[in-house]
Amino acid sequence: MHSGSRPQQQARASETPPPAPPRHRTHPTPLHPAAWWLWSLSLGIAATRTTNPLLLTLLIATSAYVVAARRPHTPWARSYSAFVKLALAVLLIRLAFAVTLGSPLPGTHVIVTLPEVPLPDWAQGIRLGGKVTAETLTFAFYDGLKLATLLICVGAANALASPTRLLKSLPGALYEMGVAVVVALTFAPNLIADIQRLRAARRLRGRPDSGLRGLLQVGLPVLEGALERSVALAAAMDARGYGRTADVPPRVRRTTNTLTLGGLLGVCAGTYGLLTAEGGTYGIPVLLAGVTAALAGLRLGGRRTPRTRYRPDPWGARAWLVTASGAAVAAALAWASVHDPAALHPGVIPLTTPTLPLYPAAAILLGLLPAFVTTPPEEPS
Amino acid sequence: MIRFEDVSVTYDGATEPTVQGIDFEVPEGELVLLVGPSGTGKSTILNSVSGLVPHFTGGTLRGRVTVAGRDTRTHKPRELADVVGTVGQDPLSHFVTDTVEDELAYGMESLGLPPHVMRRRVEETLDLLGLTDLRARPISTLSGGQQQRVAIGSVLTPHPRALILDEPTSALDPAAAEEVLAVLQRLVHDLGTTILMAEHRLERVIQYADQIALLPGPGEPLSLGTPAEIMAVSPVYPPVVDLGRVAGWSPLPLTVRDARRRASDLRQRLAQAAGSRAAGAARVGAGGTPQARASETPPTATPTRRTWFRSRITPSPLPSPHAAEVQALSIHRTPTRALTDVTLTLTPGETVALMGRNGAGKSTLLNTLVGLIPPTSGTVLTGGTIPHRTPPHDLIRRVGLVPQEPRDLLYADTIAAECEAADADASAAPGTCRTLVTDLLPGMTGVPDDTHPRDLSEGQRLALALAVVLTARPPLLLLDEPTRGLDYAAKARLAAVLKTLAAEGHAIVLATHDVELAAEIADRVVLLADGEIIADGPAADVVVASPSFAPQVSKILAPQKWLTVAQVKAALGAPGPRS
Repeated sequence: MHSGSRPQQQARASETPPPAPPRHRTHPTPLHPAAWWLWSLSLGIAATRTTNPLLLTLLIATSAYVVAARRPHTPWARSYSAFVKLALAVLLIRLAFAVTLGSPLPGTHVIVTLPEVPLPDWAQGIRLGGKVTAETLTFAFYDGLKLATLLICVGAANALASPTRLLKSLPGALYEMGVAVVVALTFAPNLIADIQRLRAARRLRGRPDSGLRGLLQVGLPVLEGALERSVALAAAMDARGYGRTADVPPRVRRTTNTLTLGGLLGVCAGTYGLLTAEGGTYGIPVLLAGVTAALAGLRLGGRRTPRTRYRPDPWGARAWLVTASGAAVAAALAWASVHDPAALHPGVIPLTTPTLPLYPAAAILLGLLPAFVTTPPEEPS
Repeated sequence: MIRFEDVSVTYDGATEPTVQGIDFEVPEGELVLLVGPSGTGKSTILNSVSGLVPHFTGGTLRGRVTVAGRDTRTHKPRELADVVGTVGQDPLSHFVTDTVEDELAYGMESLGLPPHVMRRRVEETLDLLGLTDLRARPISTLSGGQQQRVAIGSVLTPHPRALILDEPTSALDPAAAEEVLAVLQRLVHDLGTTILMAEHRLERVIQYADQIALLPGPGEPLSLGTPAEIMAVSPVYPPVVDLGRVAGWSPLPLTVRDARRRASDLRQRLAQAAGSRAAGAARVGAGGTPQARASETPPTATPTRRTWFRSRITPSPLPSPHAAEVQALSIHRTPTRALTDVTLTLTPGETVALMGRNGAGKSTLLNTLVGLIPPTSGTVLTGGTIPHRTPPHDLIRRVGLVPQEPRDLLYADTIAAECEAADADASAAPGTCRTLVTDLLPGMTGVPDDTHPRDLSEGQRLALALAVVLTARPPLLLLDEPTRGLDYAAKARLAAVLKTLAAEGHAIVLATHDVELAAEIADRVVLLADGEIIADGPAADVVVASPSFAPQVSKILAPQKWLTVAQVKAALGAPGPRS
């Protein structure tokens, strides 16, 4: 356990800190990843406040513009198109359900009448086929579009700042857990690459390379391979010092445990209080106390890990601006949804043409700010 | 610096210790090469330095391993991370983060170095390894050589006093390997880093070694000595040493330069021998056609050749005179991996070596020939059919590919089941595949039928995959990087097998970085660069003309065109005209 502090002492002894940290940077400082995530998620929250297709489309366009202008040239930035496809699929599935399952909405504009499948008594309340009305479809479209917008916003966050970059900003005590999560996340892409490779290899054995049986047969080797790779990665991480701990006095350790456990209990109790009707009075204070204690525990727990951070992303004025622009959009739409619900939730019964409410639309355009205040991504070398 | 005191390691479930009686010391600031045939426990020794054996792998370690005075028994790998850096065989499984700069910093972050120290060391390491232009690049977009350098850099930044490398150049093309080795030499010379390294391709690394630790066989004691001493007794040796033994030079030369300085006499003898037969220049110069090649094969190189396949395997008759034809083939995938306007014809009985940098398009070309990748433009005909439109069941009778990782071909959990499945896939008589396995590798008879393919050695696994492919008797056989991880003995066996197959009329294409293998068995060499064919001709001409793809023998005996020790041996051993 003594070895944890040795390198620091060595390093300090042999290498006196320079008078000023090296400031010159050949590359523009990237924006703090958390700023991108907050901005994207704020747009997502804004999307949940409205079903107006014009506003939702405007939200999608805003995030897409920023992504197109500012996403880095990295493989994970390409995940945006995957999210867009997923969003489209969600929208289509939602519409397909509306057509086949019908809906309790009392619509009058019948577009087509599908043959209704008679269902047994126990499936009462479920309808297969039957009338498809314009109202049902419109409602499903609005609803699906809202979900799709939310997904696209998450995709934008992913494309602009990969989750692994977020990891760097995690407090020391949580870092190791974070690494485990990230390693687990990279498991999936590797698995897909393996499946593709092994299915191709089936062709070399003279077996069809498509079909479910093919997939099942490569299943075991793929899992074996993925497991072996994970073990190899774990070995490499161990050999590179992952999980080194520093010596801390037992008193500090006990305090940490008490604070963290107590804090988490406080959070649970506080949340319960908030959610139940009679707990309204003690809910918020207990929750706040719990969060404070848990945070203090985390901070103290960070002492046990000697980790330092290489070039942490600075949280500067631009990060504030980006976050603020997202927050402004979310706040504006939340405010509008209360004060002008008619414009943000266009009527379905009776069918009305959605109009573009001026102020909320202008507010959404605030979300374009990051495309102008941040630096453009570097060209690939 | 690194000290082994009577170490033996027994893995859980094994009856015999994997290594025993290991007792040696790697002095500070030296580069020690660990050599020996496959399966003698080299990786076990390497991993016991970093503490991964036994802390991570399990098993029992007897004796004592100390690094910089720290006993690995009481120190976990993570507590040795500041004195030992370990790079395994596959750099991709080593990376934790996803960009070059973060990867270099990762180890230091774990050790808790202050930020300004980290910043400086990252810059230094970027310069030292020539990675400055790649600093912000995602690791997955780098080439094999670049990845290997990043892996080495990532363990260098904590300034370890010892570096452990397991086959650092086996997956690299000759130029990338030299890049990596130059870096290692700089570390030893300039920073005084101690390096313990295992490598099968001795011809690449032997000149950098200060000492060699030899594991002659499983369970045999390790011996440590200067490269010249060890090479005199070693069962594994590079071609330059082989040539030195043939020519009777003492002390043995270890580098091409040493050998060249002594070779004037040998060159003269060879010129005479060749001149007396008036065939010296023609024999290698006309290696382009299989006929010439068959007559040219030196008799001494074929004593092990038996009628392995002749009775059982005859390639099915072809409608086309060519095993495969590729016309103006272009493939556009990502900008880095593509083929542009490739035209190539393969005739039965010829062996073609496909060479070029990592990522030059060798694997893409092989994959196109088996229909895994449809051509973007141009045509591909394999055995008269369009590969990507032919049903797999039909295609395996025309072309077979052994992929880079032979394990990809194997699904079953025993050798017997694998062979049965191969017979069924190819509609061959039951037992065909199993017989092939034994023919390819006589040593395999000793391996029980219920062994899991995973537990085979690299050479055995390759033999099994090759047998599975050959069960369908394809007239065109493709091998992607077959010698990765093979020791010299396994490589020699593979070469003999491929020669036999070629003599039976199989057309063979192998994508390889191994210049010695290409020199030994290829009639024709095709060089690829950036997806284009830049040279296509008889092996002797193409290979000798390129400094990085020339085998050692041709470098030593230039300007005469000799490629392998076997040729030289034959010329010296049979001075009279051949009957």
